[in-house]
This record gives sequence, structure tokens and C-alpha cells, in this order.
Amino acid sequence: MSRKRVVVTGLGMVSPLGNTVAETWDGILQGKSGVAPIATFDVSAFSTQFSASVKDFSVDGYFAAKDARKMDPFIQFGMVAGIQAMRDSGLEVTEENATRIGVSIGSGIGGIGTIEDGTLVVEHKGPRRMSPFFVPGAIINMIAGNLSIHYGLRGPNLAVTTACTTGTHCIGLAARSIMYGETDVMLAGGAEMATTPVGLGGFAAARALSTRNDNPTAASRPWDKDRDGFVLGDGAGVMVLEEYEHAKARGAKIYAELVGFGMSGDAYHMTSPPADGAGAALSMQNAINDAAIALEDINYINAHGTSTPAGDKAECHAVKAVMKSAVDQVAVSSTKSMIGHLLGAAGAVEAIFSVLAIRDQVAPPTINLDNPDEGCDINLVPHTAQQRAIKAVLSNSFGFGGTNGSLIFSKL
Amino acid sequence: MSSIEERVKKIVAEQLGVKEDEVKAEASFVEDLGADSLDTVELVMALEEEFETEIPDEEAEKITTVQLAIDYINANLA
Repeated sequence: MSRKRVVVTGLGMVSPLGNTVAETWDGILQGKSGVAPIATFDVSAFSTQFSASVKDFSVDGYFAAKDARKMDPFIQFGMVAGIQAMRDSGLEVTEENATRIGVSIGSGIGGIGTIEDGTLVVEHKGPRRMSPFFVPGAIINMIAGNLSIHYGLRGPNLAVTTACTTGTHCIGLAARSIMYGETDVMLAGGAEMATTPVGLGGFAAARALSTRNDNPTAASRPWDKDRDGFVLGDGAGVMVLEEYEHAKARGAKIYAELVGFGMSGDAYHMTSPPADGAGAALSMQNAINDAAIALEDINYINAHGTSTPAGDKAECHAVKAVMKSAVDQVAVSSTKSMIGHLLGAAGAVEAIFSVLAIRDQVAPPTINLDNPDEGCDINLVPHTAQQRAIKAVLSNSFGFGGTNGSLIFSKL
Repeated sequence: MSSIEERVKKIVAEQLGVKEDEVKAEASFVEDLGADSLDTVELVMALEEEFETEIPDEEAEKITTVQLAIDYINANLA
């Protein structure tokens, strides 16, 4: 059985730089930072006091506020991104096609703020005061569930959870469902809203976060010598993946083709990658094999690049090992320098940036990259975006537990 | 202080996301105001909070309309 081709026909996003794809992409190309001091709770006792959070968010124009009340913010972000992506695709859900349309949208952590609130209710008011919406308002698969209910989508309904690789895995596995002939359309992506006292405190305790409190917009600085950890980010990204002939038959606008997907495990450490980035390299190589693409055709890599001392260096090593002599022509950047690390949503928003890089033939910048660290001697697109010919893009995600995923998108 | 009827209607409107003038005394939470089974559980909790009381589950199940909620509060708190 030959596999089906998969194309991207719709995009949706809620991010620290704006609550639409257009607004976010505009900010990305201008090299804007979405990082700011945290104002939603008292951070005076925390070692990190800033984040890349979503601003001025509302479900207005997407779904009813009374339903939003029953959803953790991560679910609301995912719902809005999903609805934007569906609208962008122009796809109509009918009796005939509903069973062939599925959803694959996860989250790295899920409704941690709702869980915190529920814990405090039990502690201070007792279990009788628990909301009946506590569980469906917090669990990770409820973006997939609610979108399915919202649109009547009766195909596979999934939420893969693999820490910071969630978005990438959700998209890759959704694409395989279409390639296998199981579905014609999948809404795929990830969402996160972990900037809560417990979320921030937990990542700070793991020494994963930047503590550059005196200059938050300069805190996310992938590959820079002075990087000191990642910046917690919130938001969601969802793309509509569609079988190529299906998209062509309805005259859909096609952004790009998803040509490759690879995965691997580090088998190394709970939170750190091996110095040589072997797991990352295997994930990239698997995606390249899957796409059967020439290395010279990969002209941009949207790196995982979180701005942690160990991770950035390992990824750089892995890129050089995999790209071999083609590394001289590839642009590698980290959009996390602008929007922070969206954890389970990171791979999803970065897949969208990858698709837009192909559409607009531009490599987004890595801001704050003043002095590249030793060994990071490749084109990391410092400070400003680069207009260049881009045939295909590789997007990386690596997560706690040593779980890796890579996607390759190509110009149709 | 508003009357019990006004307070009950205000809570119903807030909890079920409907306008206060739609909350007629005879309105059924499920049939008329679009509530599902979880909404009604949460609505009873909101009434418990507002009136600082505990409504046993077997009593809560019988409160299916705005008027029945007002009657219950009047009978048990007045």
C-alpha cells in the first residue's frame, strides 16, 4: 500500500505575541519579544518573575463564555486555535465526512492551574465544594474532546502527552493517520498554560528557567554564551492536516506538504540531553529518512533551542552531525527567543512557523544572540530575519524524559 | 438585601450563562435553560454557597426548576 500525501490547509494560534497566526508571525519577523513580568499572581518569592504569557485573550467570537468557564485556560487556548485553523481551512463538516475527520491535540502538563485551585478547595472548604467540572476542566484530552463536540468530528480523538515534544508528536502521528488511509483530515497541535504558582515553582526548582529578572526580554537567548535557562511560555497552535487529493478536490489553499516525521528516545537522563545530542540526531535522521529528502533541500531548521546551557549545545552538535556538508547552507533559528518555551504547544506553534517560513521564503530570527557559544558556529540567524530560498524546513522538539520528535515540511 | 427570589434568579443566570429576564419562576434548568447534569450539580453548590447551607443530594435532585429552588430555600432557611 503506498502512503497518502498530507498537506497543511489551515492554521490557528494563540501566542505571547498575539492571539492570531497573522499577528504572531508579524511579531516573529520583526524580532519582537513576548516576554514580560508576571502580573497574574504574586511572584515576589520566586527566583524567576517573568514569563511569555498570552495577553488580552478572549473566547469572544469563537465559543460561549459559559462553556469557557468550565475549561482550564489551556483548553480555551487550544479551542480558539483549533477553531481558527478550521475557519482558515474553509472545510465544511458534513454527515458524509464527519467520521473521516479527527483531532490530535495534546498538552505537556494540562490544567495545572485548575488542579491547584481544586487542591485548595479540598484543603480549605472540603471535598463537597469540588466543582463537577474539575475533572473535565483539567484533563489533557479535553481540547480534542471539546473540538470534536463543537464541530461534530467523529474520527480518531487523541491527545498524546510527551512533555515538550507533545505538539510535534501530535502533528506527526496525526499525519500518519492520514497517510495510512484511516482519516482524510486531522486537526493537530498542542496547548499549554503552566504559568501558575506550581508550574513556575516546579520548573524553577528544576533549575530550568532563566532568572534574568532585571531584563526579561533578553532572558531567552538560545546559543548565546550568557544564556541561563528557558522562559516559560503559554499558548496554543493547531494545524489542519489534509490528504492531498481531498484538499485538491475541494480547491483548498495549501500551505505546504508534511513530508517527514521522525522520533527517538534519549535513554539518558530525566531532564538533560547527552552532550553529543545523539537522541536529537536520531530523531532528525529518522524524519529525513521518512521524507526521503536530500539534505541540500532542507534550507531552514526551526530548532528546539530553549536557551538552556546543555540543550542548545547538544542540538547544535546534532544538527552538524546530521546535516554534514549541507550544514553550510542551512539557516537554524529558535523562535523561542521571542515567545519563550510553550512546552506542549511549542512543537505546534513552531510547525506553523516552519510552514510560514516556506510560504514567505524567510527564516525567522534568533533574537538576543549576541555572542554565540563555542561550537555554535552555524548560521543561527542572529537578531534579524533572513529572506532566502526555502524548499523544505525541519522542526525539532525534545522533551523531559528524553523524548524527541522532528517534522519536515516541504514546498508543494 | 434582595429577596430570596432575586438572589436565586441571579445565581441561576450566572451559573447557566443566561440573561436574568429569561430566568422565569417556572423555568426548568434542563428543559428551558440548557443545563446538563453537571451544570445542575454546580448550580446547587452555588446555591449552598450563597445561602450558607448544605442541600443533601436526595433533596438536590428534586430541585429542577427555579421555583423549586426558591421554595426549598424559603422552607429551609426562612
